[in-house]
Parts: sequence; structure tokens; C-alpha cells
Amino acid sequence: MPAGIRFILNDREVETDAPAGLLVLDYLRDCERLAGTKEGCKEGDCGACAILIGELAGEAVRYQPVTSCLVPLAEVHGRHVVTIEGCNQAGLNPVQEAVVEFGGTQCGFCTPGIVVSLHGLLLDNAKGLSLDDVKYALSGHLCRCTGYRSLKDCAATLERDLGSRLQANGSGSRVPALTAAGALPEYFTAIPERLRALRASSQATRPEAGTAASSRPGPAAAAAPAAPTSGSPAVAGLRRVASGDGLADGDGSRPPASGLHIAGGTDLYVQQGETIPERAVVVLGQRPDLKGIRRADGEYRVGALTTFEEFGAHPAVIAAIPRIGAFNHLIASWQIRNRATLAGNIVNASPIGDFTALLLALDARIMLEQGGTQRSVPLQEFYRGYKQIDLRPGELLTEVAFADPTGARVNFEKVSKRTCLDIASVNSACSIRCTGDTIDEAHLSLGGVAPIPLYLRETSRALRGRTLDLETAWAAIHISQQEIAPISDVRGSAEYKRLLARQLLIAHFVTLFPDRFAAEAFYAGERA
Amino acid sequence: MKADNAKHIDSHLHVRGESQYVDDAPPPADLLHAAVFGSPRAHGIITRLATEAARAAPGVVAVLTAKDIPGVNRFGPIFEDEQLLVEREVCFIGHPIALVVARTAHQARLARELIEVEIDELPVVVDPRQAFAAGDLIHPPRTMAAGDVAGAWSDCDVVVDGRCEIGGQEHLYLETQRARAVPREDGAMQVFSSTQGPAAVQHVTAAVLGLPMHKVEVDVKRLGGGFGGKEDQATHWAAMAALAAAHLQTPVELVLNRLDDIRMTGKRHPYSADFRIGLTADCKIRAYEATFYQNSGAFADLSPPVLARTLFHGTNAYHIPNVRLTATPCRTNLQPHTAFRGFGGPQGMYVIEAAIAKAADAMGVEAAAIQRANLLRDGDVFHYGQVVQRCRAERTWDELVAAFDIDGIRQRAAEFNRGNFALKKGYALMPVCFGISFTKSHLNQGNALVHVYTDGSVGVTTGGIEMGQGISSNVASVVARTFGISRQRVRVESTNTTRIANMSPSAASATTDLNGNAALIAVETILDGMREVAAAELAAPAPHTVTVADEQVRVAGKPAGMSWIDLVGLTHRARKRLSAHGYYATPGIHYDEEREHGHPFAYHVYGTAVFEVTVDCLRGTYAVDQVKIVHDLGRTINPTVDRGQVEGGLAQGMGWMTMEDLQWDAEGRCLSHALSTYKAPDVYFMPDDMAVKFLQPEDNPHGPLGAKAVGEPPLMYGIGVYFALRNAMKAFRPDIDLTLDTPMTPERLLLALHRSTARIPTTHAECRDGSW
Repeated sequence: MPAGIRFILNDREVETDAPAGLLVLDYLRDCERLAGTKEGCKEGDCGACAILIGELAGEAVRYQPVTSCLVPLAEVHGRHVVTIEGCNQAGLNPVQEAVVEFGGTQCGFCTPGIVVSLHGLLLDNAKGLSLDDVKYALSGHLCRCTGYRSLKDCAATLERDLGSRLQANGSGSRVPALTAAGALPEYFTAIPERLRALRASSQATRPEAGTAASSRPGPAAAAAPAAPTSGSPAVAGLRRVASGDGLADGDGSRPPASGLHIAGGTDLYVQQGETIPERAVVVLGQRPDLKGIRRADGEYRVGALTTFEEFGAHPAVIAAIPRIGAFNHLIASWQIRNRATLAGNIVNASPIGDFTALLLALDARIMLEQGGTQRSVPLQEFYRGYKQIDLRPGELLTEVAFADPTGARVNFEKVSKRTCLDIASVNSACSIRCTGDTIDEAHLSLGGVAPIPLYLRETSRALRGRTLDLETAWAAIHISQQEIAPISDVRGSAEYKRLLARQLLIAHFVTLFPDRFAAEAFYAGERA
Repeated sequence: MKADNAKHIDSHLHVRGESQYVDDAPPPADLLHAAVFGSPRAHGIITRLATEAARAAPGVVAVLTAKDIPGVNRFGPIFEDEQLLVEREVCFIGHPIALVVARTAHQARLARELIEVEIDELPVVVDPRQAFAAGDLIHPPRTMAAGDVAGAWSDCDVVVDGRCEIGGQEHLYLETQRARAVPREDGAMQVFSSTQGPAAVQHVTAAVLGLPMHKVEVDVKRLGGGFGGKEDQATHWAAMAALAAAHLQTPVELVLNRLDDIRMTGKRHPYSADFRIGLTADCKIRAYEATFYQNSGAFADLSPPVLARTLFHGTNAYHIPNVRLTATPCRTNLQPHTAFRGFGGPQGMYVIEAAIAKAADAMGVEAAAIQRANLLRDGDVFHYGQVVQRCRAERTWDELVAAFDIDGIRQRAAEFNRGNFALKKGYALMPVCFGISFTKSHLNQGNALVHVYTDGSVGVTTGGIEMGQGISSNVASVVARTFGISRQRVRVESTNTTRIANMSPSAASATTDLNGNAALIAVETILDGMREVAAAELAAPAPHTVTVADEQVRVAGKPAGMSWIDLVGLTHRARKRLSAHGYYATPGIHYDEEREHGHPFAYHVYGTAVFEVTVDCLRGTYAVDQVKIVHDLGRTINPTVDRGQVEGGLAQGMGWMTMEDLQWDAEGRCLSHALSTYKAPDVYFMPDDMAVKFLQPEDNPHGPLGAKAVGEPPLMYGIGVYFALRNAMKAFRPDIDLTLDTPMTPERLLLALHRSTARIPTTHAECRDGSW
């Protein structure tokens, strides 16, 4: 008999036959009655539903805060899910005490999620407890009551009380130190062992086919939907989808036979969340083979399921694109970046996909795989029209490759109503390689100005071989203006987007070559 | 007071995720879930409604329409002009038509997609001036005036006029609208509602169900935010849940998801306004005239009193001898707009600040010079007849200037702007004067019920709703301090219509004043009996010499060897009351709407803020560098709670002025209908450099324990950020007439900086030619 989805929920192991595509948030509230996790927006924009997902990484468990309103249940198979209830101990822990002390909670609705994300901060080996770290942790949270000062004030106290207790042990875990400091419940210390046991028993009982949770590398097209085939639905009224009962995606652009592929799900659930739980899904997050970054033949080869956060934190990426952290600051939130993947951003084909804009400027190619057959497509040729992509039925995007950007100057610009965790009105990326005054190679992209994520083909071509001067910059602006066709929508009027397109190109030159371009040079004549 | 007493009373539950909101309480086994089917068109007549397919969908138990309403299908807080479920004419997109009840909320939402409605479309109006021109008004124009405006212009050295379009604002309470209704015996209905106005929920539910009010019990433990959005507009959903529960005789829960909530509920009113302001060369404002077109939405809701407050606060913190303010609530095919923190005041204040900014441009002075020269003083008379008393306008301004180095901010901005081309700094000051009391004078009453149990613990119920603002904390503190006991002994109960009748909504910043004073009166009533008993027992010279402090009874200030517990037992055995009901009505307020004259406010709250911003004029983006505030709080009950109110209100006001950008298309469709398209301030937007200084405490005679209301006034500080941005933009483009429309989104900002441009130059030659 096929087993259901198994994971550790706080301190207990659960097994459920609820649908694979059911949102973890709905599962927690409706099936487990864990009411501390709140629904605020179901778009990943408020953070009221934040949980931690813990995953074995070597000996230790790596925890990340995510918005449970965008995570399919099958994603947590074999993992540790921590809700606010799982952070609670007999009394208030130091994080909770600090929030109370500074008045960081008023109506209380956003509070459990914030407390959970702060626990995620404590558990993240790469982060401390500075004000910047606390803001990073709160980047995915909306609080409508406090104005955030009281929450920011927690940083100093946490730093004072816990800052020295954050050392990781030999296996790279802060858990023992944090439990000793009373910041985490004791049960966390046994989780790695329990997850290993769970994994062992799952592998013993779960058939390879018919599960989305298979850890076996292989083409996703061969993976059948994750929903179990027996047992009663845990959520009344949710029709479970039997193996092979795959439903074609609305636009037919994705493989119909095996169901809807979900990578990070951070946009897919926003667009189609209401229907996904009833559909056959393939949850790709259980495919470690699709993660990771390596260098080969002068190229960066990035696993398609690499998240924005993993990409931005990778030493090799930082070495080649030193400002990647600053770019990520403009893209989503910590909680969303922990889920959003390169492949999802590319395949989703949003004209304002942020990472897509960046990858276009890196002149990336993507690897598409089906049944052992691979082909490579330049990303700039992948987009055919609005949400129309060159992805054949059954094909899976497995890898993104781009030439080592070392030596090129790379910039990413984005303007949105709110600087952080917002969708761009217009975004743009640019990579320019020069020898002396001469541009050897240039790649520019603009998002939000066309039906597709736009690679500025003519502009990029025209820059090659030209001298890096104001005349060239203006030529680039002029050509790019011919390449775009913005339309008016809630993110801005066509007039504004056209203006922004020009401004962001100016910003590229001013930012990448501050010694050659001053902003005022572009405005010369204005005040004449 | 002890530190632990100063915190939000529910905070230990909040941080553990253990606070229960309506749908967090364990559900009854047979609980059903409802979803609302709203009109897909903004205006028209329903010609056909087919619900059969939805009724047949999986899990669906019932689909209810207007014909299923047993009582009256008509309600509204000011005018009864709304139907719970539309019978004939739909008036905005999302206007509720039918209610689908199913086993799960997901099933109910899926099934409602199967409802078919055909609508004969009627013209859609989304612009208030267009409605005004057509004469489609909620009520006729209302004018407040003082002096002789028409005669004053000739005395002025400078007269400027202008127009502004002021955006609305989504409440964005994190907890969306929701209610759970449970049928009780004998036809009664129990409703758990996330509402600021339990009495309104009770009244409307009773009317809809055809029940007397005593058969409807409304219970509210807490709200996950309200901000005015649940003052009147929580009623609809509670009444619908009750309708379904009554119909099916089964508990029914209705939770709006975020998309439904934004689509179906009203918001802060957008306004369009014209102004004219006249000054003498010494920066004194001689005359001010403004005409406000309120975009009221499809029904009256609370638009009339919101409009009144626009008029009351149309001169903000300034004394202007000749004033004429006219405002009209204009009916459009948008959601019926409603209460939102500030309640019309912010729009009124924005326009006078815009007028001052434009006058400053014309006179070549800083707006601050005009603002400071016209601040209110004791003895001035507001244009509605109330005499200015205990004024703190100049004091908060001057303390701000002294405490936060305003001269330094000015000098550094000028220096920075000289040294930078694309980055410009701007700053602005924003004084606020806000009247406290419901302007509908009869609403200024409060009730409290205080029980002392024989173990010494205390239970309190008031008509006040805990929505994060801290009313429970304040009431508990008032009760504990007045009894002389620890706050740990005091529990604040849910707000419940069987314990408190006819409560005013928790609104108008007055909740602590009204309910705290009522609780104080109840406590004093119990204490009176306790003192008599203790005086007799302890042979004290007179009852008034008996006091309780730190849970110990004292006689003439000296410990008398009797504890609080002893005192409670003694009182009980002596058959003196340990329960009391307190009633409070704000004294001395009155207003004559015919003459637009009176004393509508118990008092005013004052304060001044300064904002410093940096604008990236290349990208059109901006950052707030610092905000500093001097605020007049009276004697604070809970400083943590009050500071939270100031900072939270400030954040909302800043959001309203900057990124919070409600958009509707010409068909009345809300385009910014989700949190992915409607943005509110986040942790990065609010500046790290933020300080709030409270004026040296002084007792406010109208507030419990000398406190002053704090809920709404700080929101209006946020207006200052707009003018700080505008000043930075002026540093980049001193040559053009900058916009006065709100919000100042990056789009509006960047387009404004290029307003003089016929076409954006895209070549070097065009740029060199100066064609922009």
C-alpha cells in the first residue's frame, strides 16, 4: 500500500494522505488545527503564515523560513515543519520576550509568523542578530499596527542575550547552543536523527513511481503525481487525483501527462492556487539533483531548482557578481527567495521576472530534458509571446548555464512602488565587458516593457565594438526605446514605463562606469 | 507602575500564537462555510440569476439570495440605503448578490464560480466630480464658514489656488473580515464577529433575521486589526453568516479571503478638492477656501460623518480668520467607502497643507515659515465655533525644533543638494491638531461592567473592542490602579452585547476615554462600599480615609494590616456589592448641524513631526531618512501602548501618502485588489532613525487617569512625508510647478520631474538641444 506524505510536524511525526498540492497553510489550519499560523493574503506578501522547513544537510538540519501559503504539502515530505506552536516552551523564550518587551505586537495577527521568522534567523548559520539581520528576517512580513520600530528594537536585546550563543557545533548546527540558551525547545536536538530514520523508513516503504517525493534523480516527466491512491481525504471535499489522472495545464505549455509541475510555487500558487489542490501535481522540490551550482568549462552551471537565496549566497556567484546581495535585496523577501527558483522564474514567463532579467543579461542558456534527451536553448530565444515558451510537452528545465561573468560589469535595476517585496514596474539588467574604452560584449534586458522578458537584442548588438562614451550611451537608449512596447497597467502607465526604461539604462551606465558617466551629463541641456 | 504592567495585555498570547481570532476557536463539528458571490459589474439591473449549478456543486448545502431573508433586507448606519443581498440593482463590483454555503470554504468558493448572473448595464461613474455634476449625491453640500472670505482676498498680498486629487487607502487589517454564527435555542443567534461595532452587528442581524435585538448575542474577543474598516463594514458578513445559520439551523462561518475583502469592502475616501489661499507678506493666512468632492462610493455608509470631519479639520492646526469650506458626498459605483483612522480629517488637513506649500512656492519662503506663523493659540476660535483651549500647537512645534535640530536638518539638506545632482534631500514639518469625540455627540457614551470575585480576581467588560490598539491593556490598568491592585488580577473579558448594551463602535480615538471612564466609575462604585466596610472594621475616622495601594488597605495612608483579599471577603460578607456597572457620557459637548456651530470636541490632541527624505531623481525612488515627533499625550496609561499607536498611525499615514495606491478602472474594477498589487509600508520603508518625544505630562481632565486619546492623530503626521518629498523634488526641478496629487508613488514622482517634457528625449542631440 503506498504511503502518504510523511514529515515531522513540530515534535511529532505525521503521515497524511491529503493532496500533494494542498497548501501547507491549509493543512496546518484545517487538518491539524494549528491555528497559530495565520492566513493574511495567500500571496506570500504578508508573512502571517510563516513556518520553518528543516531539511537534512549533512549531519545537521538546515532550517529556512517560508510562507506556508505557497508551499505544496508534498514539499515537506521527509522534512521538519516548525510552526509557532513548535517554537513554544513553558514560558516565553528570548525572542518572544523581546517582542513583548518592546511592544512589537499590537493586534497580534502578524506576530506568530514574525516570531517564527526570527527563529529562522537564529538557526541560520550565515546570519547574526544585528539590526540588518533582523530586518532581513522581517523582509517578508507585513505589520499594519506597529510601524516596525518596536520590532527592530528587539535586535539589540537579542544580540546582547543570544549573540554569543549562536556558535554552530561540529556538524554545523546552532541547535544545541540555542536549546541550551532556552531559545529553542529541547526536541530540536533529536530532529536530525528522526529525519534520518524517517527517510530510511520512507525509502523502504515508498515505491519509486507514483510519488512526487522520490529522491531518485531522473526526468520529471516520468514522475507520476504525488497524491496517494488510497485512504480518505483529510480535507473534506478535496478530490484526490489518482496516479496518471494528470490534468493538462491551461495553456498547454507544460507536460500534460504527469500533472502540473511545481518548483517553488511562489507565483504558480498566486495565479492558480484555488485549483491546484485538486489537480495532479509534480512537486519538484524533492529533486536534489536539480539543485546546486558548479563551474565547468568556463561556465557557471546552475541547477534549475536553485533558489534565489541559494544563488545569492553562493561563494562562486558572489565572487563573479559581487553585488548579487544588493540585487536580491530588491527581489522578493527572504521567505520567498527561500522558495523561488531560477527555473520557476524562467518558465513562469512573467514579463517582469526579476531573475529572468538578470539571466538574460548574463546571456544564459537553459538545458531542457525529456526522457534522457537534452537540448540547450539560449534564454533570449525561449520566449515566443506572452506566457508562450519553447518548452515541449514532457520537457523539464534542468539547468541554467552562463559564461563566467568575472571581468564583466553586471548591474540590476528595478523600480517598484515599494522598494522591497514588490513586483517591478520596470526592471533591467546589464552586463558589459570592455577592453579599455571599447565595449567587447554587452547584454541588456528590460522587463515590464513587452509581452515577454525582453532581451534588448538590437541594443546589445549595437553596443559591441563601440567606444564607451556618452554618445554610445545615448545610442543605446535610443535603440532600446525602439525595441520596447510597454502597456499601461496597475504597475504603471505606458508613458511611465517608457520613461523608466530610459532612466534605468542611464542608471546602468552611471552605476557601472562612475568614472566615465555622471548623471548630470545625461541631463545637460535640460536647464538651458 | 511595574514594568510588566505597561505591556500589551495580550502580548504573551500573541507571541505564542495562542490568541484566538474568530475562526481560531475550535469549530463546532457541523460547522459550514460560506462564500459571497458579488456582482461582476459596477452598475446595472439583474435580469437573471441562476444558482442551480452552484447548488449542485460538491459539498454545497445552500445558495441564499435576497428572497431568503426573513426580516428586513435594508440597513445602513446613517441612511438605511443598503441591501444585505441585492434584489435588483447592483451598484459596485463585488456588491453581494448571493451566499454559497458548503462543507468547506474552498468548496463554497469553487461553487460560486458556477453562479450565473445577467445584468442590464447602466452607466458607471467612478469620478466624484462627474457624480457631482450629475447631481448624484449622498446628501446636499455642507459648508462650514467663519469670517468673510469673499471680502478678505483684497487684503491679501498673495493669493494662490489649486486642485488636488487625493487617493484612497485600503485598511489592510491583517485579519480579513470574518464571523461565525451559531444558532441557539428559542430562535436566538450567537454571532462571533471581527467587528469594531458589536451593537451595529446586533442591530442589523436582528433586523435581517426578523428578531428582537435581545435574541442576537454578539461576542468579540479581539480583532486582527480594524483601523475603521470594521466599524461598520464588519456588519455585512456577520449578518450573512447569521442568515445562513438561521436558515440551515447549523453554525456557519464566513471568512473573506484577501481578494474578496479588498473587492467588496469600502476604503478611505478618495477626494478631489479645489483650494484658494490668501496671505499677507508676513506669512499670515488671511483667507482660505476649499471645496471637497468626496468619492463616497455606492452607498452612504459612514460617508456623511467622515465628510463632517473633513470640514472640522480643514484648517488643521492653524488659525485662519476667514474660512469657507464646502464638501459634498458624491455617489459613485465603487465600494461604499467608510471609516478609516482619521475619518475624513486627513483629507481636510492634506488640502490646507497643499495650499500652504503652493503659497510658499509663490512667496519664495519655506512652508514652515507659514505653518509656524499661523499656529493656533488659546483663545482662538475654530471655524465651527469652539474656543481653542489648552492649546499645544506652538509648544509641540517649538519643542520639536529645539529637540531635533531642525536647523541642522535644513543646513545639511542644502549642503547635500549642492553636492549631488541626482540625489536630493528634502524635509518638511507637519503640525497636527485633531478633535477628540464622536462628532455625532450622542455616540459619546460608554459602559463598563466590573466584577470582583471572592478570590480577589477581577473581571471587566466594556463596550470597547480590542483591535490591537490596547483598549484592554488600558482598561485593565485603569481598573487595577484605581482598585490599588496588581494588573495580573484583572482579566478583560470579550465584548458582548448581553453584558454591555448599545455600545458605540470602537472608533474616533475615544474608546479608552469612554470605556476607561466608565470602568473607573464602576470601580469607584465598588470601592465606595469597600471603604465603608473597611472603615467600620478598622475603626477608621471616615470611609474616605481608607485607601488601597499595592493590595494593602491603608487608613490615612498607613498600612492597616488588611489585604485586598481580606477586604474582598469582608465586603462580600457584609453584603456590599462586588459588581457594578459604570456609565459615562462625555460632558459639555454639543453641536448644531443647522448652524454648523458648537463645541463638538471634548478636547484636541496636538503634535508636530519632521520628515527628512532622499529622492533618487534618476530612478524616481526615495527613502525616508528620519522622522521625529513631539506628541501631546496627556498622562499616559501605558507608554508602550501609546508609543505603538503613534508609530503605527505614522506608518499608515506615510503609506497613504506614498506607496498605497488604490486604482480603479473606468468600469469600476479595483485594479489593486491584492497584496501583490497594493503595497503598504514594510520594515525597510520605515526609517531606522525614528523618535517620538512626549510632551511633559499634564493631566487631561477628560481622559481616565488624565490620559489623552492617541489612536488617530498620529496618522496625519504622515502627510509631512509628501511635502518632504516634494521639497526634494523642488531641489531637482525648481523651475516647474510640481504636482499636488497623492499618493506620491515613484511613478507620480518621476513623471512630475519630467512634466515640462512634451516627449522624453532618447537621443543625445535631443538632450543637448534642451528639448526637455
